[in-house]
Amino acid sequence: MARLTILEHKEIAHNMMWLVFTAPENLSYSPGQFLHIRVTDGVDHLLRRPISLCKVLGENGGIGIAYRVGGKGTKLLQAKKVGDTIDVLGPLGKGFHVHDEDKHVLLVGGGIGVPPMVELADKLTQRGVKVTSIVGFQNEKVAILIDELRHYGEVLVATNDGTLGQKGFVTDYMSDELLASADRFYACGPTPMLRAVQEKMKGKVEGYLSLEERMGCGIGACMACVTSCVREDGSVGYQKVCKDGPVFPAPEVVL
Amino acid sequence: MATSVDLSVEIGSLKLKNPVMPASGCFAFGKEFADFYDLSVLGAITVKATTLEPRLGNPTPRVAETPGGMLNAIGLQNPGVEKIIAEELPHLRSYDIPVIVNVAGTTVEDYVAVTERLMDSTDVDAIEVNISCPNVKCGGIQFGTDPAQAAHVTREIKRVSKVPVIVKLSPNVTDIVAMAQAVEAAGADAISLINTLVGMSIDLNKKRPLIANGIGGLSGPAVKPVAVRMTYQVAQAVNIPLIGMGGIMTGEDAIEFMLAGASAVAVGTANFVNPMACPEIIEEIRTYCADHGVERVRDLQGLAWKELAR
Repeated sequence: MARLTILEHKEIAHNMMWLVFTAPENLSYSPGQFLHIRVTDGVDHLLRRPISLCKVLGENGGIGIAYRVGGKGTKLLQAKKVGDTIDVLGPLGKGFHVHDEDKHVLLVGGGIGVPPMVELADKLTQRGVKVTSIVGFQNEKVAILIDELRHYGEVLVATNDGTLGQKGFVTDYMSDELLASADRFYACGPTPMLRAVQEKMKGKVEGYLSLEERMGCGIGACMACVTSCVREDGSVGYQKVCKDGPVFPAPEVVL
Repeated sequence: MATSVDLSVEIGSLKLKNPVMPASGCFAFGKEFADFYDLSVLGAITVKATTLEPRLGNPTPRVAETPGGMLNAIGLQNPGVEKIIAEELPHLRSYDIPVIVNVAGTTVEDYVAVTERLMDSTDVDAIEVNISCPNVKCGGIQFGTDPAQAAHVTREIKRVSKVPVIVKLSPNVTDIVAMAQAVEAAGADAISLINTLVGMSIDLNKKRPLIANGIGGLSGPAVKPVAVRMTYQVAQAVNIPLIGMGGIMTGEDAIEFMLAGASAVAVGTANFVNPMACPEIIEEIRTYCADHGVERVRDLQGLAWKELAR
């Protein structure tokens, strides 16, 4: 837990914000983890907001997140200025597990699920892994981080209304040929997208899903953010998204 | 000198080095918070509600934010008493603090069975009887809204418990004093108050309740005036110690409960907002006492009405 100073804060698409904090001391992290952010120091809008770590910008460069302005809480965050300090917990949770033997991976992001793919793409390409990103958005106005991802490899874009890239869904890009060339996939986005990706990849490509659920504490104590998962013995039980996740092996998740 | 303040308090035979403990349901079984600080600094630890069989709890979303508070409907998710005795309680023994186990059930027999089973463990220093959870269909709150039923379950648990029995009351009643007097007469060693207030919040876009269960339990600063009032009323009507709780975020909030008549306090929602809430509140209580010339924190108990009565 630390008070971090805002170094950069700007709108990058309609209601989509980019924010860079000073990195906490001795920052250790993995892509896919989240920061748990207090949007106010008062007693209203009490609960923290979990926001995925998007990019760690080198030594002393800070730690970047991208978030969507939705409710009153994120509006309060949006009003913060460069130089303001914010109470931040984390990085928390279990991030994406990277496999040494992989040669080519698919990164699949939908909407506000795209940001964690940026740091993951960086980590993977540093290891010499070829990265293909498939990202989907409602429309051109809310599309984010495409150029950042292009820095690491090919980016395939889908929008629901066809205003950017191909009209349709991320799964439309998932040809048998592409899937045959991939060793693994990593996906983050809305539940219907994750469900479709999970189905498409089943038996073809192994991978991970990053989930979102309303959280209380973010550290595994309140049991608010549970999700159904298949246990080793085949039974279905709850796992905590904040502590056991947010990233889970795709076959374990019951969506 | 702040360090010379005596923060120790007693809850019947339980001796606490300071009056601050986490509230049940807001601290799991302590492991998560042990990553942030040494749990030995706490006055006591109250762990999550324990039932006879494992409980899966309610569907998600289970929490929602409301002005100055939060709604929750977790639904007493826990792995059941056997697993809790075997896997969760032993590690708490390594800390130099009393361990209070919150007990919940669907029937009186359930409460008694869980308590009996807990008596086989040497890791339990007190039982907190949860007759006030608003988020389960059976049990919980139904015992906590009828003085006769509350007294009955208290009496039955007292019959089998070898450790102090603390009864946690619901604020969702017309007469909190009648509830408190009923459990005192039934042999309760102490009373915790309050559990959450039954509340609800509706999403204007989806036109659906914000939490999957529809209604939930309201906690946080929004409920504090209700909790302080109930502590104030009950403290003047019973002779057993009270553990006050409801929206405590700071040491000053805790002091308010003690002035109302609580011997100790429990911190709930604040733990979610700030994992360091409990140790910070302990230090803030120490500072308040030092600043106000209070040598023993227990001397504050009930001053808000004892002064008036003089």
